[in-house]
Amino acid sequence: MSELAMESAAPRPAVVDRTKALSSIALLDWIFFQVTRAAAVIVLIILGGVIVSLVHGSLPAIRAFGPGFLFSQAWNPVTDNFGALPAIFGTIVTSVIAMLIAVPVGIGIATFLTELCPHALRRPIGVAIELLAGIPSIIYGIWGLFVFAPFVQTHVQPGLISLFGDVPVLSSIFAGPPYGIGMLTAGFILAIMVLPFIASISRDVFETVPPVLKEAAIGVGCTTWELMRYVVLPYTRVGVIGGVMLGLGRALGETMAVTFVIGNAHKISPSLLAPGTTISATIANEFTEAVGDIYTSALIELGLILFVITFIVLAIARYMLMRIERKSA
Amino acid sequence: MSLYATRRRRNSMATSLAWGAAIFGLTWLLLILAALLYEGLRGLSPAVFTQMTPPPGSQGGLLNAIAGSLVMTIIGVAIGAPLGMLAGTYMAEYGRYSKLTIVVRFINDILLSAPSIVIGLFVYTLLVGPMGHFSGISGAVALALLVIPVVLRTTEDMLLLVPGSMREAASALGAPRALVIGKVAYRAAKAGLVTGILLAVARVSGETAPLLFTALNNQFWSSDLNAPMASLPVVIFQFALSPYKDWQQLAWTGALLITFAVLALSITARALSAGRRKSK
Repeated sequence: MSELAMESAAPRPAVVDRTKALSSIALLDWIFFQVTRAAAVIVLIILGGVIVSLVHGSLPAIRAFGPGFLFSQAWNPVTDNFGALPAIFGTIVTSVIAMLIAVPVGIGIATFLTELCPHALRRPIGVAIELLAGIPSIIYGIWGLFVFAPFVQTHVQPGLISLFGDVPVLSSIFAGPPYGIGMLTAGFILAIMVLPFIASISRDVFETVPPVLKEAAIGVGCTTWELMRYVVLPYTRVGVIGGVMLGLGRALGETMAVTFVIGNAHKISPSLLAPGTTISATIANEFTEAVGDIYTSALIELGLILFVITFIVLAIARYMLMRIERKSA
Repeated sequence: MSLYATRRRRNSMATSLAWGAAIFGLTWLLLILAALLYEGLRGLSPAVFTQMTPPPGSQGGLLNAIAGSLVMTIIGVAIGAPLGMLAGTYMAEYGRYSKLTIVVRFINDILLSAPSIVIGLFVYTLLVGPMGHFSGISGAVALALLVIPVVLRTTEDMLLLVPGSMREAASALGAPRALVIGKVAYRAAKAGLVTGILLAVARVSGETAPLLFTALNNQFWSSDLNAPMASLPVVIFQFALSPYKDWQQLAWTGALLITFAVLALSITARALSAGRRKSK
């Protein structure tokens, strides 16, 4: 026995310098740690860089127009006179239209997926809804321009105009010739685009409701509607609002789809059927054609305004979603 | 009895509205896909893949746009994915409770949904302005900036799913931290990491806005990264808004190609991550 042990121990490898090996391992470890941390810091720097470069790029316009830029309706490349109000107005109006449609429908879809849908269909339908979010926005644009806008022009807008023609306030909201393109069409396409975000986040937060709460509600005889209205929605309110804000952030910044169907007119019109513009559509349409520093700078300042607005909205959304995550953890 | 009837009526109204909402959502998906197939298939021919984008009124294809898209996407992912993965690794493995992680996670979530046109403006002032001209490489950098947040997010999430006991076992055997991450954590999270990269590719291959004023466009074949470069989405944008029928047809065909490539990528990614979730 002892011989065997001796034998197996005999062909010993040459003695390794353990300290050397350990220190090279420690060095490797240190390098890997530093590299990963540097990558994390770079991500931080990028966001800082976005803000700094946008501010830097818009300085000429800020100097030229001051805070009046925000409230001016002018947009004249010939005289170098620019104002952001029509673009801000269009951005907000189209996003509001989008949210008015997408929020109830999105919550409806989430309800359907968590409470009503047969189990076998849950995954395929959920994936199909999320595929809507995967379609590139340029596709929504080309579809909106060639398929949806003509349909709206011939079938929807004449109806709206004649329906509300005699109603005092609504007659000016639905006024003008039916172009097909315009604020309403853009808002509707935005609604389809943000729908999957609102639906999938609402579904995710609905699933954080503890089963025992739902069982208790069903146990005392609640209907599905009452379960949603009095148990699930109050419990998940913060998360749903977070999801809605996230969708709003998307709608505010969406570019290509809106660029195709908004009409790109720098004016504020009370009618939803009239063409307008949004911040992102203005930049997309005019940036490469902008000649002169002030013109370019005014467009960059528009980008800065858009970034600030979406940053605030998204920050609130993330904060709310973080709160509901902590609650479910 | 009447209270019961009211409650039942209200409930059936609400549930049918929820059904309606789901049908509403699916309808648009089907309508868009149907329009793409109907309009796009008409123009699908071998010429699309073998010829350059034409001047209006003559025969042509999308070869230079497809090639440009591929090149810029590959470079963008090659720059963005490692950076995102390394940052995600730091957040999940080293600095799980550090302040830096919390801040980066928050900033990254903002970048994830930030308007891509703003990223385009950023790259314009960073690269195009100083260089003095549009170029393929600045387009690729813009795409890389969109890849980072997607990859970072999935890397962190997937590494956090790897059970701590696996790392402890490896550490107990004396494996150094870098090896534990490389040989144990990465390996366990492999499917998830690939999913993140696929999702990022799907995200950037349809992006138009950041390319409009970084890579611009090019009517001809170009393999020079320092010159303007064509890309499928930008060509679609230009051709769709043009008054020429044959350009619009090419735009539809390009749209069909992009959409199905993107949908195939995201379905593959989902299938991968679904397999993972089941095995967990």
